Amino acid sequence: MTATAEPATGSQALDEVKIGGLGSSRPRVEDARFIRGRGNYVEDVTLPGMLHMEILRSPLAHARIKSIDTSAAWAIPGVKLVLTGEMAAQRNLAWMPTLSYDTQAVLATDKVRFQGQEVACVVAEDPYIAKDACDAIVVEYEALPPIVNPEQAVAPGAPLIRDDKAGQADNVAYQWEVGDKDGTDAAFAQADVVSKLRLHYPRSHPSPIENCGAVADFNNATGKLTVYLTSQAPHIVRAAVALIAELPEHLIRIISPDVGGGFGNKVPVYPGYVCAILCSILTAKPVKWIEDNTGNLSSTGFGRDMYLDSEMALTNDGKILAVRYHATTDQGAFYADAQPTKFKIGLVHSSFACYDVPVGHITAQGMYTNKAPGGVAYRCSFRVTEAMFFQERMMQAAADDLGMDQAEFRRRNLVRDDQFPYRTPFGFLTDSGQYLKCLQVGLDAIGYDDFLVEQAEARKQGRLLGIGISTMTEPLGAGNSREYDILGIKMFDSAELRVHPTGKAVLKIGAQTQGQGHETTFAQIVTHELGIPATDIVVEHGDTDHTPFGMGTYASRSTPVAGAATAMVARKIRAKARKLAAHLLEVSEEDVEWELGRFFVRGAESRGVTIQECAMAAYSNMPDGMEPGLENNAYYDPPNLTWPFACYIATVEVDPETGVWDVLRFVGVDDCGVRINPMIVEGQIMGGLTEAYAISNMQFQTYDVDGNLVGANYMDYLLPTAWETPGFELHEVVTPSPHHPIGAKGVGECAAVGGPAAYVNAVMDALRPTGVRNIDMPLLPDRVWHAAHTGQDVSGAPPFRTE
Amino acid sequence: MTATEPVDTTSDTGAPTRRITVTVNGERRVAEVEPRLLLAHLLRQGLALTGTHVGCDTTNCGACTVLYDGAPVKSCTMLAVQADGHEVTTVEGLGTPSELDPVQEGFVAEHGLQCGFCTPGMMLAARALLNRNPDPSEDEIRWGLSGNLCRCTGYQNIVKAVRWAAEKEAQ
Repeated sequence: MTATAEPATGSQALDEVKIGGLGSSRPRVEDARFIRGRGNYVEDVTLPGMLHMEILRSPLAHARIKSIDTSAAWAIPGVKLVLTGEMAAQRNLAWMPTLSYDTQAVLATDKVRFQGQEVACVVAEDPYIAKDACDAIVVEYEALPPIVNPEQAVAPGAPLIRDDKAGQADNVAYQWEVGDKDGTDAAFAQADVVSKLRLHYPRSHPSPIENCGAVADFNNATGKLTVYLTSQAPHIVRAAVALIAELPEHLIRIISPDVGGGFGNKVPVYPGYVCAILCSILTAKPVKWIEDNTGNLSSTGFGRDMYLDSEMALTNDGKILAVRYHATTDQGAFYADAQPTKFKIGLVHSSFACYDVPVGHITAQGMYTNKAPGGVAYRCSFRVTEAMFFQERMMQAAADDLGMDQAEFRRRNLVRDDQFPYRTPFGFLTDSGQYLKCLQVGLDAIGYDDFLVEQAEARKQGRLLGIGISTMTEPLGAGNSREYDILGIKMFDSAELRVHPTGKAVLKIGAQTQGQGHETTFAQIVTHELGIPATDIVVEHGDTDHTPFGMGTYASRSTPVAGAATAMVARKIRAKARKLAAHLLEVSEEDVEWELGRFFVRGAESRGVTIQECAMAAYSNMPDGMEPGLENNAYYDPPNLTWPFACYIATVEVDPETGVWDVLRFVGVDDCGVRINPMIVEGQIMGGLTEAYAISNMQFQTYDVDGNLVGANYMDYLLPTAWETPGFELHEVVTPSPHHPIGAKGVGECAAVGGPAAYVNAVMDALRPTGVRNIDMPLLPDRVWHAAHTGQDVSGAPPFRTE
Repeated sequence: MTATEPVDTTSDTGAPTRRITVTVNGERRVAEVEPRLLLAHLLRQGLALTGTHVGCDTTNCGACTVLYDGAPVKSCTMLAVQADGHEVTTVEGLGTPSELDPVQEGFVAEHGLQCGFCTPGMMLAARALLNRNPDPSEDEIRWGLSGNLCRCTGYQNIVKAVRWAAEKEAQ
């Protein structure tokens, strides 16, 4: 038998951390190729005879298309195809379904409904020629009045954006309601204090550095369509392509190779993908489409753009009696949220899940506007980012209205350890946590009491110091399948494990990494369950022909769901290995005990066999009647979501002369249950805190009155660099999830979800003497300066002020 | 240039081209290119060095950073013909087949990468920084890498990775 890195001897258990199991910060498997420039991203895929596609986009936000003249484009040497909506319509592909049961134009036929919308595309021998030919297409538009916010959308006489939809008489995309209205009204009638807050969470774009793209390869000899795609969810895409393009699903293969960041942006199916597929079918050649950055920022899935109008009912001694709010989402021209079917505004009703709030009521409405479609789960679990930001801004405003210390107010309302499982006012069941402990760890780490003294001293000298707290739990790991589906497909996940004769293994999963390091961490789960060293396990994903069906990676669901499936399939393997061990040890199965990496005879511990010996026996020496081989699969339907908790605390100093604010310190305390690879967990948290800083400080998209997008490239859409980004001090508390096989919870997004409120609360705390109640994110210097000098709140809602 | 020297072509569309000679990762390469061809595209398509990534097209993200006569440049906004007669180093030229550059080792050791897309540009910017300042402070590293965007890691580990490399090279 081939030796392993840390071979089990059959006579003693293995050290789990040494062999790369749970708790090991083993270096990442993926790094070996990435640091050498040997990754394989969609843009790196080159196929023989491949053609190149470019998209022509609308310069106007709202306009009727009067004519499209493509003759000059066709005349350019090297052009193979010029595709318009009219031509796509002949294949019934001018429109496609969205993930929220709306329709979206693939190529515009009647009107353009947002700036950057896809109007036509060109396929040529060379991408430069394709771009030239796009410029040669002449489109005649009749401009229509644009709508850039929900208020305009419902104003009397507002133009109807979706005149393509039968029965659509206004610009309302959906309405939704959850909670107990009567109970909430009754609680408000008893309140000593009612705290109110209105704000806008700005539109933001996930903006992975790799833009979207596809290489579509339709083989007209075999009828097979292979698509290399920048996708976080290749199996969903395969199902969607089968439905949209009416191709047989077994003849569709979606391959997501290395993906250069996703953050929710690469979940939906985009018009460019459909065009590339159609163009490959029409030309019978492989067609590559690589979106440029402006295309990515102006047409693909954005996040947020939500308005809050809230009230909280309070007693004088700081207990929350009830919360109620109305949320309005700006959906853009098509309702294209990537979210579970049942929930029209994602899981916004997970807000206040960490507080002991008896009753609440939420109403929500989505509006069509002449802006890019989307509403994707941008580094969060389906609008949970807005939910937690609203919650923590309302908490800060309420504590201020009560004249109560921010930490004390939270302490009085956080769910206590003995209340789990806890039913929230909006129907969720939180699984576990140590909320008060996390808060205390954070307060101790930041030196809360000392800072308050320092802050008071600084104020005497005219310096504005502030501290902001954000505490939250979030629902990660959808399903269960009773409540969660996308396009009717239940939100389970899957894993398939094959152990080869020499004890090496390949794990195939339905999830899809975009930097989370699944090739490293999922092997660690197998190591934990079987004692096979992690270096002996390869993890494969992202190819629908060769991995089991899974719902993909977003909403921090990989570890909670696919990770659980991995543990479960390993346990199936172990069960069979136990039978093999009994056979090899010549004892009955009941007399065989397991410890990491080996089975042994109860009462005779030195008599044992390793998992590797069992694997060899599965192919060479199985007992009579046993099926050969050592492989299995598992589909895992989680009983509940996992509920990680986080406490983030920022301290800042605001310069009253410029409105610029600097982060002095930032402390994060995350309880994401059992940590599979602590190094990777901390990497996820630091990445999320950086996005949180970005959104609170600089990163947003807005539109001017004419519907022009402000933030369509990285010169206008500001992302923080190493220079601006603060440092983070991380702490941990571990409360294992009681229902996850290895006690893990989701973590990839907590920091991006809970982080923004910590920064904003800190700046608002610094400005408390001015009486300002709210500045909308991002807290740009001019907004902060304006608030500090006028004492007035500052709205960031579009249209963008150009004066 | 010799008659036997291989010539890489990036376009066969009949557009006027110009022959250029660029030393890429120490190897002399000759190419026929359209004058408008971007250096990033010559490297990726013409020379099949796909480790150089293109992110933003506006010189902001730095994913396409390469070393041009030793200095970091963004190859997405530089023309290939401008590199005629010059030396270019891409990520494929970092380290040797048998030995990694300390910057590469540092990025692994300190978990300085996640999706890997910004990593080649980030490492080349770091290499250039260490070449001109072998012992940079945290602030100097942060400033030195401020032309490169990363969306996954949050920079803290990237800064540590560069320090790791500096310390290894000081030994």
